[in-house]
Amino acid sequence: MNIHEYQAKALFEKFGVPVPKGVAAKSPAEFASALAQLPDAPVVVKSQIHAGGRGKGTFTDGFKGGVKFAKTKTDALDYANKMFGNTLVTIQTGPAGRKVQTIYFTHASDIKKEYYLAILLDRVTSRPVIVASTEGGVEIEKVAHDTPEKIFKIVIDPAYGIADFQVRELIAKLGLAGSEAKNAAKLIRNLYTCFWETDAAMIEVNPLITTPTGDVLALDAKVSFDSNALYRHPEIVALRDLNEEDPKEIEASKFSLSYIALDGNIACLVNGAGLAMSTMDIIKHYGGTPANFLDVGGGASKDQVIAAFKIILGDPNVKGILVNIFGGIMDCNVIATGIVEAVKEVGLKLPLVVRLEGNNVAAGKATLANSGLALVSGDTMADAAQKIVKLVA
Amino acid sequence: MSILITPQTKILVQGITGDFGGRHAKLSLDYGTQLVAGVTPGKGGLFFEHGTHKVPIFNSVAEAVAATGATVAVVYVPPPFAGDAILEGVDAGLDLVVAITEGIPIKDMIRVKRAITGKKTRLIGPNCPGLVTPGTGKDSFGGCRIGIAPGYIHKKGHVGVVSRSGTLTYEAVFQLTSKGIGQSTAVGIGGDPVNGTSHLDVIKLFNEDPDTHGIILIGEIGGNAEVEAARWIKAHSKKPVAGFIAGATAPAGRRMGHAGAIVGGHEDTAEAKIAVFKECGIEVAVTPSDMADALLRSAKAKGVTLS
Repeated sequence: MNIHEYQAKALFEKFGVPVPKGVAAKSPAEFASALAQLPDAPVVVKSQIHAGGRGKGTFTDGFKGGVKFAKTKTDALDYANKMFGNTLVTIQTGPAGRKVQTIYFTHASDIKKEYYLAILLDRVTSRPVIVASTEGGVEIEKVAHDTPEKIFKIVIDPAYGIADFQVRELIAKLGLAGSEAKNAAKLIRNLYTCFWETDAAMIEVNPLITTPTGDVLALDAKVSFDSNALYRHPEIVALRDLNEEDPKEIEASKFSLSYIALDGNIACLVNGAGLAMSTMDIIKHYGGTPANFLDVGGGASKDQVIAAFKIILGDPNVKGILVNIFGGIMDCNVIATGIVEAVKEVGLKLPLVVRLEGNNVAAGKATLANSGLALVSGDTMADAAQKIVKLVA
Repeated sequence: MSILITPQTKILVQGITGDFGGRHAKLSLDYGTQLVAGVTPGKGGLFFEHGTHKVPIFNSVAEAVAATGATVAVVYVPPPFAGDAILEGVDAGLDLVVAITEGIPIKDMIRVKRAITGKKTRLIGPNCPGLVTPGTGKDSFGGCRIGIAPGYIHKKGHVGVVSRSGTLTYEAVFQLTSKGIGQSTAVGIGGDPVNGTSHLDVIKLFNEDPDTHGIILIGEIGGNAEVEAARWIKAHSKKPVAGFIAGATAPAGRRMGHAGAIVGGHEDTAEAKIAVFKECGIEVAVTPSDMADALLRSAKAKGVTLS
């Protein structure tokens, strides 16, 4: 689960991670009172959406920059009005972009130097890793590619937690000394505590800055949480912003379906994530384009299949559907009956290819064949994929 | 003959009194698996009954092991308690703990993995379908089925299958069985980012097993586990190996940050992994329907008989 920058910074403050003073506004009516809470000095106006690359993003009406430096509060108000309700497209949003529904005003800090700091899981060691760089405020992938020697990592032993010597080592590599070093050490320790205690999946601060007065601040904040651990963090669940999620995905999650919308025109409905991914792959292999990823899980009950069809059909690009179920334990005939009922209930008009395999498959195929529906049966994944690609061509 | 488990292996079930654990315990009993004990704290002394089977339930893993000689545990307990259940099996000195539970917090698994480092117990999973060593009976019955895989699709034989994904494992096994090619053991290592046993761990076991003549390695986008396994295969294995990577068309991810890319490295895309497979002499399945055929191509090129 992702949260907004302004929410992440409130969380940082709770854990003693310094951030520039800032106030969020959820409607234009709140802009003036929000700005009044900031000192009379330059302000940074920041669009709040769940995607990176905001600064270099462009709004659909042509306005450039989802993050703006404003010399005066009057300018800040003007920028905020241009951003609010507008749709911001960044390298991470996809071409559809995201509608800006919250503006975050922050005090514009004096920057001495920018750094990069992140905490996440290192899959190789199965331990948390802190990643830092002297090159902040830029694309970190580019730094990692061009100058890997400027990226430093410390892996944390979960049995002990973050050790002082590791923090000292990291700070020395970043070239920090004096009060900067002291402040950075405290910030890194507190940020790690925040990561660990909240079951965060990833925290990224880009940039982390030093100021001319020796302060160290998190100028930006991206935080995502392990969805498996949300049950023990109701305070974090309360930060969820449904505006940032695809309504179809929200609907899918109510039926324990895992759905991700894509750009193609062949919808798929599959049991199991690995099989669902490879069903998309095989559609592509035979010249089609998948409209979605949809995993109905191990069960594939009638209610789930009906819900899945409704969600799929909510996408106007869909021209055909491929159902691929490996009913290992589940009775294929139960699944087939569910598919037939679902098709009748939603009044499906589009081409439908069904590939069923597994337990009691002969009865399942007979149910499909005798349903009177215009569905096509596929024997293997390859056969089914070729058939649906041909039908929508 | 197989890896990790044999038809004689004695299994205990943690979470046998739950719906999910109970259902799969019954299927394993039907398959002929030596399921000798259940463990549910507070329900010791009761029995899990299914047909003619009467499986004793114990309050702790240690008690179950002492009474029955079980060497392997399968964990079905709900996510908040699953980490604890795994540690209990490790503490009891089991050879193998198979965690089926889906949805265990990553932090719990980070701590569990650290705690079991250096212990004799191997962990498979979590969030995995488990493993099957097929038996000699009809539809492979009489084998050892641990977890949630359909037993009947298997056939006793000489191909090892390893995958993160349950249904893709079944797909590969089904393709093999349909062509009359049996399996030594099929292992689902699970889809979570922190798991007990890697692709490479299983590949090494298959490579050492004289009864495994060929291997199907199924991977996915993300991480570098398949790359690591492929490089090891190139250096150490002479057995025919077929590989498939799922997720070539998956969207680049709706991630917010960039840190994953620098930690993950540049070999975590399907394209990169497939390139490494080819470079390491692994026969790549062009589509998921091609997994068994890819292994047959590799076996033919190496002059190895699979059945």
